[in-house]
Amino acid sequence: MNSKSLKLIYNNSILGPIIFFVLLFCVPLVSSSNYLFSILTMVGFYALVCIGLTTLTGYAGQISLGHAAFYGIGAYSSAVLTGTYGLNPWVAIIIGAIISAVVALIVGIPTFKLKGYYLALATLGFGIIVYTLFKELSTITGGSNGFFGIPPISLFGFEFITDTSYFYLIWIFVFFAILFTRNIIHSRIGRGLRSIEGSEIAADAVGVNLMNYKLQIFVLSAIFASVSGSLLAHYVSFINPDLFVANTSIFFLIMVIMGGKGNIWGSIVGAAMYVLLDEILKHYVPMLLPNVGGQFEIVFFGILLVLTLIYMPDGLVPRFEKLISKFKKKTPTNGALQSTISANATGGDNK
Amino acid sequence: MSNKRPILSVENLTKVFGGVVAVDNVSFTVDEGEIFAVIGPNGAGKSTLFNMITGVLPSSSGNIYFQEKRLNRKKPYQIAQMGITRTFQNLEVFDNMSVIENVMTGAHITMKTNILTAGLRLPSVKKEEIKTMERAIEALEAVGISDLAYEMADRLPYGSQRLLEIARAAISNPKLILLDEPMAGLNSEESRQLVEVILKMREKGMTFLFVEHDMETVMSISDSIVVIDNGVKIGEGTPEEIYQNPQVVAAYLGDEEEEGVEAYA
Repeated sequence: MNSKSLKLIYNNSILGPIIFFVLLFCVPLVSSSNYLFSILTMVGFYALVCIGLTTLTGYAGQISLGHAAFYGIGAYSSAVLTGTYGLNPWVAIIIGAIISAVVALIVGIPTFKLKGYYLALATLGFGIIVYTLFKELSTITGGSNGFFGIPPISLFGFEFITDTSYFYLIWIFVFFAILFTRNIIHSRIGRGLRSIEGSEIAADAVGVNLMNYKLQIFVLSAIFASVSGSLLAHYVSFINPDLFVANTSIFFLIMVIMGGKGNIWGSIVGAAMYVLLDEILKHYVPMLLPNVGGQFEIVFFGILLVLTLIYMPDGLVPRFEKLISKFKKKTPTNGALQSTISANATGGDNK
Repeated sequence: MSNKRPILSVENLTKVFGGVVAVDNVSFTVDEGEIFAVIGPNGAGKSTLFNMITGVLPSSSGNIYFQEKRLNRKKPYQIAQMGITRTFQNLEVFDNMSVIENVMTGAHITMKTNILTAGLRLPSVKKEEIKTMERAIEALEAVGISDLAYEMADRLPYGSQRLLEIARAAISNPKLILLDEPMAGLNSEESRQLVEVILKMREKGMTFLFVEHDMETVMSISDSIVVIDNGVKIGEGTPEEIYQNPQVVAAYLGDEEEEGVEAYA
C-alpha cells in the first residue's frame, strides 16, 4: 500500500485548485474593467466567509445564522485598530481574528448545547446583539454613521488600492483557505466533523468529542469570516453597521446552500451566483418596477433558497459533479456491490 | 479457565423512569475474552441496561466498573476512549461517508492529528492517514466486506452495514465490544456470517457483551448468559444452565416462538 491508494478515498490533488486559480489570476490579462474586478473581489470576500461556514454547516451539520457578526468583528477590529490607533493592518487582521476566535469560543460553549432550530435562533440572536453593539458603541465604532478613513493595506511598500490588486490579494487568501479546509476535511478531523452530521450517537460512540469538534470548527469559521471582514474594511475604507445585519448572515447561508453545502468549491460557486444575481437585480428591478424599495433582494433570495431546497437540496456543485460522473465509466467496485446485492436478494428473507 | 479476569462489573445497577423501575438492582460480571449475553423478553430492560453501560443514560443507582475504573457519569465518547465500543440495533453507519471512511472514523481515538496539523497537511498526518487506511482495510477484511470499501455506506445491504459497524467498532482495538441486538433484521445467511465474524474475533482475544433476542444465536455462541425480566435478574449461567433454570423457562423460553416473531416486527 502506498499513498496512491489514499487517492481512492480522497482526491487531494493540488492540480485542480492550481488550474482554477491560475485561470482566475489570468483574468486581468484579458480585461481591465474595474467593475469586473470589484465584482470578483466581492465574490472573494464572500467566498472566504462561506468556506468556513460550509465546513460548519455542510460537513459538521451545524447551522449558524450569526456569521455576519464575525465578519463585522473582523471589519471593526481592523477599522478601529488601524484607523484610531494606527496599528499595522496585518497586525490588526490577526488581532481581529483572535478576538473573533475568543468570541466564538465564548458564544459557542452554551450555544452548541442546542440543536436544529434552537441553534439557528441562538446564533441569529447573537448576530443581532453584535450588530446592536456596532451601532450603539458609537464612541468606538462611529455608530450608525459608520467608520470613515480606514487606511489601505500594504505589503513590502506596495499599497493595495486598485481593484485589480485587491482582487489578487483576496483570492490568494481564498486559495489558501481552500487548501487548508480541504486538508482538514480529508483527515481525521474531517471524518470527525462529518460523523457528527452522519450520526451524532455513533460519533459519540467511536470517541468523537462532539462539543469539542463543533467548537473547533465554529472558531475556525469565525476566523475565516473575521479575516474576510478585515480585508473588506481595508478595501472599502468605510464601513457601517448595516453591512453586518442579520440579513447578511442569511445571505451567507444562502450562498453556502446554493453552491452545495457539502462541498468547499460550492462556497465559491455560491458566492459568485449570489453576487451575480444581486448585480442583475440591482440593475433590472428598478427599471421594471421603479417604486420598489431596497428590500426586494431578501424576497428574491428567500424564494431562491426555498426553490433550491426543494429541487436541488445538495446545491449546484454536487449536481454538476453527478452530471460529470454520468459521463464517466462506472468503476469496478460498483460491480462488486451489485453482485453482493443480488446475492443477498437471492439469499432469502427471514420473515 | 483459570486465568479468568473480570473486565466489566455491573453492581446493583438500577434505573428508575418516573415511578417505573426499568432496571432493578442488576449485577453481573463479564470476564476477559468471553462472549456474554444479556437476554430477556421485550420491555425487560435490556436496552436501558445497555444504554447505561454505554453512557447514553445515567443510572439511578449502582455502579459500573470497567477494569476497576468507574464508568458512571462518563460520557459515551469518554467510555469509547477507555476501550469500549459498540454497534447499534437500528444501524447508525455514517451515511455521508464511504465504507472505508466509516471504519477510519472508528480509528479516531487511536490517531493524533489535530485541526492545525491536518490543515497544514504535515508529513506526519499523511503517514497516519495511510496507516489508518491500511488498518481499515484489514478491519474490513476481517468482517469480509473489503470489496465494498469504496462504496457509500448507505448503499450497502442491511447485513453488510451491520458488519461495517462491527469493523468500525473493532478497528480501535477496544477491550470490549458491545453489540445491541446484532441479529435483528438479518436473514439467516447474514446471521451465520455475523456469528462467524464474532467467533473469529473472540479467538483473537476480543470480549463481547451483547443484548439479543435471537435465542438460537445466544445459546450457540455465548459463554455466559444473564436473563432479565421486568428489570430483575432472574437467571445467570452457561447456556446449559439457562436451559435448565425453571424460572427462566417460564419467563422467556416458553414464549420463544412468539418472541422470535416480535423481534422482527
